[in-house]
Amino acid sequence: MSEYVLMSGNEATAEGGIAGGCRYFFGYPITPQNKIPEYMSRNLPEVGGVYLQAESEVAAINMVYGAASTGARVMTTSSSPGISLMQEGLSYIVGAEVPCVVVNMVRGGPGLGNIGPAQSDYWLATRGAGHGDGRCLVYAPYSVQELHDWTARAFEIAERYRNPVMILADAILAQMIEPCKLQPRGQPPPLDKPWAIGGDSSERPRNIINSLYVNHDEEEAVNRRIQARYDQAARDDLYYSEYGDEDPEILVVAYGICARVCETAVERASEGGVKCRLLRPISLFPFPSEPLAQWAQLAHKALVVELSMGQFVEDVRLAVEGRCPVELLNRTGGNVVTPEDVTQKLFDMAAES
Amino acid sequence: MSKSTHIDTDNMEAIYHKPEAFTETPMRYCPGCTHGLAHRLVAEVIDELDIQHRTICIASVGCSVYAYEYFATDATQAAHGRAPAVATGIKRVRPDNIVFTYQGDGDLAAIGLAEVVHAAARAENFTVLFLNNAVFGMTQGQMAPTTLLGQKTTTTPQGRSIERGGYPLNVCEILATIPGVAYLARETMTSPKRVMHAKRSIRRAFEAQIQGLGFSLVELVSSCPTWWGLKPLEALKHIEEKMLPQYPLKVFVDKVSQASEAVAEGGD
Repeated sequence: MSEYVLMSGNEATAEGGIAGGCRYFFGYPITPQNKIPEYMSRNLPEVGGVYLQAESEVAAINMVYGAASTGARVMTTSSSPGISLMQEGLSYIVGAEVPCVVVNMVRGGPGLGNIGPAQSDYWLATRGAGHGDGRCLVYAPYSVQELHDWTARAFEIAERYRNPVMILADAILAQMIEPCKLQPRGQPPPLDKPWAIGGDSSERPRNIINSLYVNHDEEEAVNRRIQARYDQAARDDLYYSEYGDEDPEILVVAYGICARVCETAVERASEGGVKCRLLRPISLFPFPSEPLAQWAQLAHKALVVELSMGQFVEDVRLAVEGRCPVELLNRTGGNVVTPEDVTQKLFDMAAES
Repeated sequence: MSKSTHIDTDNMEAIYHKPEAFTETPMRYCPGCTHGLAHRLVAEVIDELDIQHRTICIASVGCSVYAYEYFATDATQAAHGRAPAVATGIKRVRPDNIVFTYQGDGDLAAIGLAEVVHAAARAENFTVLFLNNAVFGMTQGQMAPTTLLGQKTTTTPQGRSIERGGYPLNVCEILATIPGVAYLARETMTSPKRVMHAKRSIRRAFEAQIQGLGFSLVELVSSCPTWWGLKPLEALKHIEEKMLPQYPLKVFVDKVSQASEAVAEGGD
């Protein structure tokens, strides 16, 4: 399977999971990601895996927790309202220190919202794993190819940090069709993690997967251990890409589908004499604060483009720390910024200075 | 002192001992609570079936949250009500392991009703121990779905009324309608005879799982002297007089016997 194939983001994500060694999928239907469970229900049995449709997202994430406790590569996928329901389970998964992969194809909200594209789960993704001090490690692809590759890669990252990894995309990326070079279907690693439950426990100490620590010092030690892993991820699994002029007047910051739009806008602005550089965080937690700060030092202004009401811009402002003014261009509710919107904004910003 | 008081223990047979499937951890249960007895029956069954090293215990949220500290098996701890979902995830990866959840009535009959019903509907091949003492114990005695009409709890200070709290929920009677259930019984532990009967049902439930017959559950009508405000013996009497009329003891489903009879008859 080394040739390029035309695939939707949903299908490429599902096949990415199988390529990454995932053999267990628990999920619940919700638009706009239903092609993922459908794909898994056809393909996982062919590779000796299990697809199971849960009675709710609440149950699905707890099935993930159980499967992850055995050391198996396991994933679930959903969209915004379903991800809200999974927060409880994610908190337990973080607290019990087991790995898994969760995909969120974000749709418009709040509430039932709509099935249009949005980035309005930025805070939910980067701040949540439910209650408590835990977080998800969050990666934001911006093409069908990247959805495939990052989903495949997510499993080893999750196992490295014994923490859930969230792939954050949206209704456009989920449903758009692009050429994608598929990775070969990898074999899942054996279920021999030293911490995992299951199998024959007669020749080893029994294992307990648990997030209950009534002793406050013990709980604090766990939280610090988990934080140390996030610190390590900030060193070893921090990803971003850059695009555009080396000596920018304006720094453009966007992720996911917005970054795709911004590439065109940055090109057009440069052609029109406004030098711009796009910095696209791929890892949203950990966040690429240092490269952002460096570019903010060089640029006169920064523009953040997002499909939410100023969620992502907060992290950019924290990273920029006042080195340059940061402006926001956003659409929400299922609407999308266009290359024309962004290009015009860049020309306006250049004219103001 | 006469020599007759000397007991030669070296040549005596031990007829009662801690089950191998128990750890050394002392239990935290209140005096007169039947959780300890229920744990012991499960541990004895695990010993008798020789499955300790392939058994996985799933503790829930409630008084039995520490079950993973008492059973000397692999274990995990599930969010409130979610143990059947967690068990599903484990069993689907590890079908050769013996998986059981241990849940109270708040956990299973309130917040976790969807999870247990759907696990039964899918005929998930694991075992549920369901302790029904008609009250939320760990959170200090609030009303549970199984609280009896008229029963005083910390959130039904005038007694449970239909107007405010609705009717008690009979979980076994609901589950008995589901074809995926392989073994289903309601037992109690108010007398040695009843204890032995309860143990038989627990063993049957595990056998159903070992034989791959589907979902198994044993409800144990249990006591909570602390939040019932009764002495331990009064609490057992309360079970007999008040609880059992609402929750009658019964083996609802037993496909283990059917399977054994089919084998005995040489039929298919």
